[in-house]
Parts: sequence; structure tokens; C-alpha cells
Amino acid sequence: MGTSKIKKHAEQQANPMNLEEIELEEQEAISPWKDTFKRLRKNRFAIIGFTIILFFILLGLLAPVLSSYTYEEQNLANRLHPPSEEYWLGADHIGRDIFTRIAYGARVSLQVGFFAVTGALVFGTLLGILAGYFGRWIDMLISRIFDILLAFPSILLAIAIVAILGPSLENALIAIAIVNIPIFGRLVRSKVISLREEEYIMAAKAQGMKSGRILFHHILPNSIAPIIVQATLSFGTAILEAAALGFLGLGVQPPTPEWGQMLADSRDFIQLAPWTLFAPGISIMLVVLGFNLIGDGLRDALDPKMKH
Amino acid sequence: MQRPLLEVKSLKKYFPIKSGILGRKVGHVKAVDDVSFTVNKGEILGIVGESGCGKSTTGKSILRLIEPTEGEITFNGQDITKLNTEELRKLRRDMQIIFQDPYASLNPRHTVEKIIGEPLLVHGMTSKVERSSRVKELLEVVGLSSYHASRYPHQFSGGQRQRIGIARALANNPQLIICDEPVSALDVSVQSQILNLMEKLRDEYHLTYLFIAHDLSVVKHISDRVGVMYLGRMVELTTKDKLYEEPKHPYTQALLSAVPDPDPDIKKERIILKGDVPSPENPPTGCAFHTRCPHAMDICKQKRPEFQAVENYHFVACHLYQDGVQ
Repeated sequence: MGTSKIKKHAEQQANPMNLEEIELEEQEAISPWKDTFKRLRKNRFAIIGFTIILFFILLGLLAPVLSSYTYEEQNLANRLHPPSEEYWLGADHIGRDIFTRIAYGARVSLQVGFFAVTGALVFGTLLGILAGYFGRWIDMLISRIFDILLAFPSILLAIAIVAILGPSLENALIAIAIVNIPIFGRLVRSKVISLREEEYIMAAKAQGMKSGRILFHHILPNSIAPIIVQATLSFGTAILEAAALGFLGLGVQPPTPEWGQMLADSRDFIQLAPWTLFAPGISIMLVVLGFNLIGDGLRDALDPKMKH
Repeated sequence: MQRPLLEVKSLKKYFPIKSGILGRKVGHVKAVDDVSFTVNKGEILGIVGESGCGKSTTGKSILRLIEPTEGEITFNGQDITKLNTEELRKLRRDMQIIFQDPYASLNPRHTVEKIIGEPLLVHGMTSKVERSSRVKELLEVVGLSSYHASRYPHQFSGGQRQRIGIARALANNPQLIICDEPVSALDVSVQSQILNLMEKLRDEYHLTYLFIAHDLSVVKHISDRVGVMYLGRMVELTTKDKLYEEPKHPYTQALLSAVPDPDPDIKKERIILKGDVPSPENPPTGCAFHTRCPHAMDICKQKRPEFQAVENYHFVACHLYQDGVQ
């Protein structure tokens, strides 16, 4: 104690202008988002993830250009044709080009992922904010609904919802969104509860701000980081769930190509023509991997304190 | 004599202690237990006490950031405990707060411009240009530069952040500012700068401060009057000079004797208190201080001493000075 005081005194003597008052230079404003982006760019795995996803997005978008077939064009003479110059990834059991179907299937999968995650994110976040900020019986009600939803195995719940609504792409999408709502809801709720006690939230209240402003200008921007990470990770699971529903014939209806459904169709030919399984299987794996890599990268970039 | 700006009458804040899965109430923490005082316009009233004695809770209850359990808080002749949410929200323009921790009290995702400009916006200054020029003016007033407006809190030092907090409190020209240990988180060298700034602002803008601190020398430096709190109660309240020259309450005497003197040759008699501060969950009967008081009498265990004037402007809650006993 004593020595540190003396030291401080000496420092002040040597430095009559106080340290605090010395302006180092006109630094630029460093926004937390810019900072995150910078860190993300340095993360090699995240870049790999982005590349994979970008690849599939382009594949989906450019499907008509890349392939001379259509996804429903059958050529029974070439059933189960192995990969060749003509059929890049082979042909399936009724002679459709697998590469074309994978490319068109990318559209479906990414669409399902995007809309299901967006739906789950919007509703989950709103419910989570209400539960976390207002607490009491509102929290009780919303949290118990989440508990009920989480008590079902997610795929079983999705099957039940699709069974009620009828099998189609839209209904599969709705089912997957509903299954994912409590995941976002609980995450946001816990974040809001911890943020509610922050001093700057009390400061906002002391300034005379209304609840709506405090929620959407102060609490939400500070809880967005874990939401983004969860959204990227959920993108992967949503695609997996869509594939599972497709595999069971509850998703997209034929002839629209869907990876899960393609797997189901080729299951009987696993020994005869394994390539019919490889292409959709590897595609699903790669897309999910890509989103998980991005999610992990984002988590590190958004919260540098967590690392190490 | 003019009416005081703020009058606090028997303010109480009890926090319930819940236990078990049903959240049954099993007791109360009496954080603030029957505290009364007034703050006159233009003065700086210091409140000192150990950590956990309820100073901050008192400050935050006055602003109703923590809902008081009981008591009257009259600000400008208006009992603010009876205001509804919207009336209270409007009143917040006139009573502000500076927080203890400048690292926690500024939203990390907002620029300084937004932090200082937001209170202006919510109280009706809708023009962006007007707000921006007011923010720049405020930054200059607190000793920062206008180009700091576009930066984020993490780009500033502790002292600079506290200046931002002060600018935010000043934004709507309040009458009263509650300063909740505004310098205790800062370096000693920066403390005096912030204190001087606050004094300067008080003179320039005719502000009134309720200055909460645990550092006796800080309070001595800035206050006009000082109140001493112990275990949720106000034990002594008087002018700064009287309190530091001739403290009456045994607790104040002990507290002051613990302040180190810069002159090593001066022999001081230190009053060492025995034991710890009792739990506010179950405070001692009678005078809360009797368990540690060197002058404790029988009556101290039975009857809670009243907080009353023993001399002009000198209030003490101690049986030593109550009528008849002296």
C-alpha cells in the first residue's frame, strides 16, 4: 500500500499533466460490430464454413445453368448409372441425374433452414423477452409452454405437427420452426434476466425511458450476440430435421428433390449403387458442418472474453 | 426559510428473504429502516457509512429505482411515492443519478452520442441536429471534446467514462443529482478531478447533490452537511464542520478516529470497535449500535433512540443526548 502510494506520487510529480488528460491521438470510433468482423475474418475455420455455405448457395442459384438436365427428367435406360462424364454424380433408380437433383435440393434445404430459423428466432426472441423482462406470471406461463415443447423429442413433435397439417414443404417448415422456438426463447429469457440487473439498464430507467425503449434499444442489442450464434447452429439442425422429415416422406413431395428424400429413395440400392447415397449424405453433412463452423467462429468473435 | 428541495420522511426499504420452493417469505433485510432528512436547494448533502449500511439503497429509493417499502419522499412539494409511472417518468428530467461504476453504467453497444442524447430524446428533443449540438456542448462542459461523441465507452478510461455519466445526468438540466459513490471506483488522482468538476458544475448550474460515499475525506471535501448511516439508520446529521470537529454519536466518533492523518507525529486516539456489524436481517433491539458502543447503557437495548436535534442543525440518534439522560 505504502509504496504504491509513493510511486503514484512520484509519477504525478514527473508528469504534472495528469495521465487521464493526455489525449493520445484522434482515434477512430471502434464499434463492437466492426471489431467482431475483424476477429471473424482471422478465424480460419469460420472462413471454411463460409466457403462451404457460399458454395451451396451458388450451386442452388446456378442449378439451371450448371446442368443440362432437369431434376425430374427420367432416363430408365441409365438407371443407377455410376458417376461418369455424362452423369457427374451418377443417376438414381429411375435414371435422374443426381448432380442436378443435389443442386436443386440445395435450394430446398437452404430455404427450409432460413425460414424455419427466422420464424423460430422471431417468435422465440419475442416470447423470451416478455418472459425475462416482465417475469412473474408471464414468465411462468411462457416458460412452462417451452418446457412442454422441449419435453417431446424434437423429431417426434415435428412429425406430429406435420401429421396434423399435412405433408408439404411449408408445413415441414412450420413444424421445424415451432420445434426450435423454445431453444431461442430460453436463451433470450436467460440473457434478458441477467441484463435486467445491469447498471446501465437501471440508468436507462433513471433517464425516464419507457419499457419498450429499454427492451428494444438496450436489452435486445446486448443479447443479440448469443442469438446470432444460436441461429447459425440452428440452421444446421433445421436442415437435418428437414432431411429427416423428407426421409420419412413428410417433407417436400416428389418430384421436387430434397436431400433427405433422396437418401430414403436410394436406401434400397446401397449395395448396388452406393453413389446414390453418397451425394445427398455428404451434402447434408457439409452444409451442417459449414453452419456449425460459422457458429463457432461467431461465438469466439462476438465474445472474445470466452476464448482461452 | 425556503422550503427544502427534497424531504425524505421515515423512508423504509425491506427486502423480503424468500426460501423453499414455494418462495415463502421467511424474513426481511432491513436495508433502510426509518431514515429522515432534508436536502436544501443548492447544497451538497453527504451521506457516509460502511458498505451495506443502506446508503445506496436510500439513494435509489429516492428515485424509485428501487420501490421504497414505506415513507414519504417530497420533491419540490410533490410526494413522489404517489406518482404513477408516466408522471414519475416525466419527473426524472429533474432528478438524476450518477452511478458508482463507470464501467457498468454505460451501455457498451451505444456511442457516446447516443448515451448522452437518449435522455434528451425521451424528454422531447426530437430534432437530431439539436440533440447532436447539445451533446457536443455537454461533452465540452464535462471536460471532454466534441469529437468524442462518435466513440464507444470501451475506448475511454474510468475517469473519462465517469465524465460521460455526468454529462448524461446533466443533459436535461436537472435540479437534483444523486451521486451514488461517483468516485469510489476511480484512481485517487482522478478522484479529485471529478470532484472538482462536480463542484464547478454545481456552481454553474445551481445543482443540488445528494452525495453518497464511504470515503470520509471525499465527503469532507465536497459536502455542506453530512449524514452518517449505520445499519440502515441515520445516526447523526449536521454541518460538515460540526461533524468533523465535534462528532456526538459514538459511531461517528469511532468512524472519524479511523481516518488516517497525513502528519505522522500527531498522536491520535483510535477508538477500536469490537465485533462486526450485525446482520440487517435481524438488527439488535433498541439502538442498532448498542452491541458495539463503548458507552452503551441499559436503555440502549430496550428503546430505539429518536433522531432529534440536540443543537441547532445537529441531529443525533443516541440516548446519551436524549432529554433527561444527559
